[in-house]
Order: sequence, then structure tokens, then C-alpha cells
Amino acid sequence: MDHAHLNARPVPDRDPAWLARLFWGSAALALMWPLLVATEFKVWQLWEPDSLRISGNFLASFWPMAHGSEFLRLMLAETWRTVAMATAGVTLALFLAIPLTLLSTRVISISALSGRMARGPFWLRQSVRWLLIVLRSVPELVWALVFVRVVGLGPTAGVLAIALTYGGMLGKVYGEILESGEIHATETLLRNGAGRIQAFFYGLLPASAAELTSYTVYRWECAIRSSVVLGFVGAGGLGQQMDNSMKMFNGGEVATMLLIFMALVALADRLSAWLRKALG
Amino acid sequence: MPVSQPTAVRRAPPLPPPIWDARCKACWFTVVLLGFVVISFWSLDLQWGQFLSWQAAKDMSRFLGEFFPPETSADFLWKVTIGAWETLAMSALGTVLAAMGGLALALPASRLVAGDTARARGPTRLLLNALRSIPELVWAALLLISAGLGPFAGTLALALHTTGVLGRLFAEAVENAPTGPGDALRAQGVGQGRVFLYATLPQILPQLMSYTLYRWENNIRAAAVLGVVGAGGLGQLLAFHMGLFQMGKTATVLGAMLILVAIVDAASHLSRRLLTR
Repeated sequence: MDHAHLNARPVPDRDPAWLARLFWGSAALALMWPLLVATEFKVWQLWEPDSLRISGNFLASFWPMAHGSEFLRLMLAETWRTVAMATAGVTLALFLAIPLTLLSTRVISISALSGRMARGPFWLRQSVRWLLIVLRSVPELVWALVFVRVVGLGPTAGVLAIALTYGGMLGKVYGEILESGEIHATETLLRNGAGRIQAFFYGLLPASAAELTSYTVYRWECAIRSSVVLGFVGAGGLGQQMDNSMKMFNGGEVATMLLIFMALVALADRLSAWLRKALG
Repeated sequence: MPVSQPTAVRRAPPLPPPIWDARCKACWFTVVLLGFVVISFWSLDLQWGQFLSWQAAKDMSRFLGEFFPPETSADFLWKVTIGAWETLAMSALGTVLAAMGGLALALPASRLVAGDTARARGPTRLLLNALRSIPELVWAALLLISAGLGPFAGTLALALHTTGVLGRLFAEAVENAPTGPGDALRAQGVGQGRVFLYATLPQILPQLMSYTLYRWENNIRAAAVLGVVGAGGLGQLLAFHMGLFQMGKTATVLGAMLILVAIVDAASHLSRRLLTR
């Protein structure tokens, strides 16, 4: 059978969209040029003999990895401090996030039951949301830098920095979880005269408890990584030890600490996944 | 007037469940969690007195008062603008490089067909996890040794960390892509590379771009603080002026950081909306 009628149009022997692709490709390269200049992206510098020598020495010092028993005991203590800093930070963040969530969520608004929220409650809720956004947007490293100057070096600065940033994050996501759930029960309770806190505990919380705890456990795991990063500005723990060892070019200690850190993150990830599954 | 009891026996109201029951797993879980939290606070020897005392409140308010007024002289604002441009360039270039690296690593890290042996999948996934779990700041501190001070180290640090993140997301997108077009090409005998280029990639490209834009939002925040260890941009300005206790200039830099983050968030959100229209 002759199927020539199916191929009425000749098959082009080059890409029909080649001009558009060439144009946008060149435009992208042209846009990348100022970025490359601004970031001083001189890749060839990595292969200069001086740089190669320094990097080579540093990498070579990674082996043998530091394994003295005193060093490992110090590492164990510092790892515990990192985990404790994250736990304390998230606990304080909860103290901040839970009241702010209750203040900002529209679901327990009594004036909104009649259709349109009154102006006072609306602006109160809006300003609490803005406060949460500000708390969330300032990077925790910046908070830590400020607090180190106020309360001194040590874990207090790290705990406070994590508490403020994570309080903002938790507050915002708790609000989203509460508002996206089933709100009919809460509205009914409010209409029938229940107080706001009663409506929250008996209407909103049972439905969203699993998702709320799951997110909190995930944020605890993120807080462990944050507290290692905060250690670089003086908040103690594994991060500060890593910073010290890197400044002394002690590759063996840095290698051991990197391994410990990756193991800690993997362990926290497993624990967090197991907890989230167990909590439903 | 005393109320007389009815003659029928009244059933006692049911008691609430006991607070503690040794068989209840949730009870044990709560106790262990509370114990963990208490031990964390106790073992950290936090200086509450330094923070919660009256003197501390006065010190804190005096310290915060030094932030105002923020410095708005023309040449300092120009320096801050250059720092903001450096930070923006760091985050954009780092994200672009990571998208290219992530795509290159996503191919060996994914199982392209159901029967693919994919021997490189395990090791590549391990590499991506290693790249991903080291935070950007730690990468920057490590790369400063070879790349020197300045935004180059910051760009490379962002690129390496984000390659791990994007590589894993891209590999999952490749594995979850619908197989119809790919199967049709494979049945005609087309090789694996071309099947990927002409069947899989066009399907998943919007999703890949969406992931990349989302990571750009995260990277602008990371780029802003990488400078604290010496990687250039706003972070280096921030650490420099804070070290000299020039709080007015610090306040300006902080304001610039917040504005930059807000702009990039808006741009990324808008682009993702345009992509999915």
C-alpha cells in the first residue's frame, strides 16, 4: 500500500526552530558575561601553580584523618552541643510560633463569621503576618552575628538566632496548615458560642496535629544543619571546631569533622523520617 | 430545700482516661521527648542571666538604638549597590552552573528505562548526597583555600551545593517522566542519548526550570551570608562594618539584603507563574 499521502510535507533536514534556539542561546551567553565579570569567575586561577600547591597540600593533609581518642571525645561533646543547640532553638521557636500563629490565623476569627472581617482584627492579623515575614527573611547568620556581640560567644547566640528565624518559619507554615485543613467544625463551634481557644483545641488541632508535628520534626532536622553553620560565627559546637581546624589548615581534623557531620545529618534524616511515619 | 435522690441507681459519670499508662506508646514518646529537651537546655549552660536581666535589656536597647539612623550617604549607597550586584551575580551564576551540573549528573543517577541496569546510579547518588549535605557556608570556607577571597569562592560553593540538590531533583523528574514518547522512539531503534534529548527532556523541562528558579530564591539568601566568611558581596560588607561596630552602615547593608531577597523572591515567583500558564 502506498502511504505517500501521509508524508505530504517534506521532512526538514535541519531543526525548524534553529534560529530561535540560536538567538536565545546567544542572548543567554551574552547575559552571563556581566555575571562572570561581577563574580570574578577566573577558573584558570584554580590551576595556577601556587594555588595548586596550596590546594594539593590541604587535600593531602586529609589523610591520615585525625582519630586520637581525645580528639574523638571532643568531637562527641561538640556534636551533642550542636544537637542540643538545635533542640533548644526549635523549642524556643515553638514558644514564639504558637502564639503568633493563633494571633494570625483567620480561621478562629469571630468577626469573619458574618462574612467580612472587621477592620481592627484584620489589621492585627496582617501585622502579625508581617512580623513573621520579617523574622523569616533575616538570615539566621545575621541574627547570630548580632547576638554574639550582645550575649558573647557561645551557644546562647546560636539558640536565640535559631529561635527567631525558625519561629518565623514555623509560624507561617503552621498558619498555612491550619487554614488549608477542614475548617467547618471550627466555624460551627464558634457560631455556637465556643471560645476561640476551645474552637482551636477541639476543631482545628485534632485535624492538623499530624501535619504540624511532621513539619516541626522536619524543621528540627534543618536546625541541626543550621547550628553547624552558626558555629562558624562563634556559636560553638561542631561548626566552630571546623572553622578553627580550617584556619589552621589541619586537613585531618577537617576530614573527620566532615564525616561526622555527614553521618549526623544522615542519622537525623533517618530519625526524622521514622518519626514522621510513626506520627502518621 | 434539699433535693431528694431518685430511687433508681444513677450511673457514675465515666472517668477521664489516666494521664499515664505504661502500655501507651505516646506517653513514653512524650516523656522521652520532654527529657531530651530538658537535657538539651541543661547541658548547654545558656547564659540566661546575660539575656534576661534588666541590665541586658538596657544594653540590648542601646545596641539596637545604634542601628538608627542608617547610613545613607551617596558613596556608601554606591558601595552597597555594587555589593548587592555582586551577591545577585553570585547567586544567579551559581544556580545556572548548578543546573548544568545537576543535569549532567542526573543522567547517570537515574534509571532511564525499566530494565536499565544503571550501574552508575548508586555511586552518583552517593556523590549527589555528599554534595548536598555539606552546607554552602562550609563549602565556601573550604573553597576559600584554593579560590582565594572574593565572590569566586562563593559562586563555586553555591554551585557545588546546589548541584547536589538539583541533581537529585532532576534525577527524580527524569525517572517519573511519562514513558510514552520515549518508548515510541526506542521501538524505532533510536539510541539512549537521543531518546533523552528528544523525548524525555522536552517533557520535563518546565519542571526542571521551576526547580531551578525555586533554588535561586534559596541561593540569594545563602549568597548574602556567604560573604561573612570572606566570599564577597553584601555579606562581606556586613561582617566588615559590624566588626568595626559601625552600626549605621550595618543597618543599611541589612536593609539592602532584605530588599534584594524580596526582589528575587518576587522575580522567581513571577517567572514560575509565567512558566505554568
